[in-house]
Amino acid sequence: MFVQYAKSFLLYEIVKGFLLTLKYMFFMPRVTINYPNEKGPISPRFRGEHALRRYPNGEERCIACKLCEAICPALAITIEAEPREDGSRRTTRYDIDMTKCIYCGLCAEACPVDAIVEGPNFEFSTETREELYYNKDKLLENGDKWEAQIAANLVADAPYR
Amino acid sequence: MSPDFVNIYVMPGLFMLLHIGILVGAVLGGVAYLTYAERKVMGAMQRRQGPMTVGPFGLLQPIADGIKLLSKETIVPTQSNKPVFIIAPMLLFMLALVSWVVIPVDAKLVLADINVGILYLFAISSMGVYGIIMAGWASNSKYAFLGAMRSASQMISYEVSMGLIIVNVLLVTGSLNLSEIVLAERPLWIQALLFPMFIVFLISILAETNRAPFDLPEGESEITGGFMVEYSSMSFALFFLGEYANMILMSAITTVLFLGGWLPPFGIESLAIVPGVIWFVLKTCGVLFVFLWARATLPRYRYDQLMRLGWKIFLPLTLIWVVLVSGILVYTESLPN
Repeated sequence: MFVQYAKSFLLYEIVKGFLLTLKYMFFMPRVTINYPNEKGPISPRFRGEHALRRYPNGEERCIACKLCEAICPALAITIEAEPREDGSRRTTRYDIDMTKCIYCGLCAEACPVDAIVEGPNFEFSTETREELYYNKDKLLENGDKWEAQIAANLVADAPYR
Repeated sequence: MSPDFVNIYVMPGLFMLLHIGILVGAVLGGVAYLTYAERKVMGAMQRRQGPMTVGPFGLLQPIADGIKLLSKETIVPTQSNKPVFIIAPMLLFMLALVSWVVIPVDAKLVLADINVGILYLFAISSMGVYGIIMAGWASNSKYAFLGAMRSASQMISYEVSMGLIIVNVLLVTGSLNLSEIVLAERPLWIQALLFPMFIVFLISILAETNRAPFDLPEGESEITGGFMVEYSSMSFALFFLGEYANMILMSAITTVLFLGGWLPPFGIESLAIVPGVIWFVLKTCGVLFVFLWARATLPRYRYDQLMRLGWKIFLPLTLIWVVLVSGILVYTESLPN
């Protein structure tokens, strides 16, 4: 009883609280980052913007098997294909509607040649809806741009597959 | 114009205007950067970074905020009492600035070195309630009205114990003049005697300026912003400036009453090379830090707890202390003349 009165009169708990916030101010690391200038770590499995990859000799990997189109739960992928002059089967059209895409990663799982992948880039917001209807050129360009990181991520994730 | 006229009226007048300009500029600049400091300190205590985007380390954030507020539309509710609605924030802001005339920021550096400085301060800070009541009444909104009622009763309650604390200080220093209060000699045992009153005074100024943990008049979670709900743009900015200017003012008063104003800390003579103004500002900043620290630490009081603290604990405590201090002073025959 007396101890309780003494504690409340000497502001025991309030002083304790004050010391706690002081400790947080000076001795605890910050948990937030200064986003556009600093970025948080990303897993190799991160499912970001799509990309179509090429072989090292520049030949595109996609063989137009349409497995990604078939498995896509959001029906975001549209593929048209016909044989090229050299007889190999290639896509003439490979569109992904990024506004429909739910970033589930099933297309990348389904792909037998690791052609369509989801890369580490998540900063691709645009000002118009039309810019998010990706066509084959855009996807191949993404592949060229992010290839180094995508390849590294695939290697890093390989032991877990 | 005769040279006498110039010497007696014009030059001192100009000097005074300059002094006022510098003082108001300093207070407003202080207000701007107090908002920044608040966000930074609270951020640090919650392990965040606070504003970082506008300028280096977000240092230009207050300026951006000011421009934003100025460029907004002023909305006057149709059902409000328009003249009172517009006058209220001006009154509050004006009162927050007017008190500064008697604050001695350095030896002799005070606009009005009047002998009833403390009474003047007390009168002005009591007037602040009118601004809030007018705002709450003129808004014709239930939230604003509730907020104003809360604010008024809170400020009145805590002013009583603040008055008694000041009586303690007056007993020790024997003067109502703020400069003389600063210069009055204080042996260690008197400082120890005043220390509990210093703590109670700190808590009371938190309540007096409607700051957390006593920010019930604003109470954004229950009455959506209290007496300020209907205000927007510049009229809101005036309330905001007034609140923060009051915080700085109260910190300055604490510095003058308890922390030795512009004198170097702990009576160390060699530190007197640093100008008194700097010591004054540093001490004021220290008290302001306590304001921000309390806001980051403590949850809001319930209204009955607030009233209980004011009337049932602080008032008896300070009353007993007045008797105690005066008794000790009489017994040891150290009452100032």
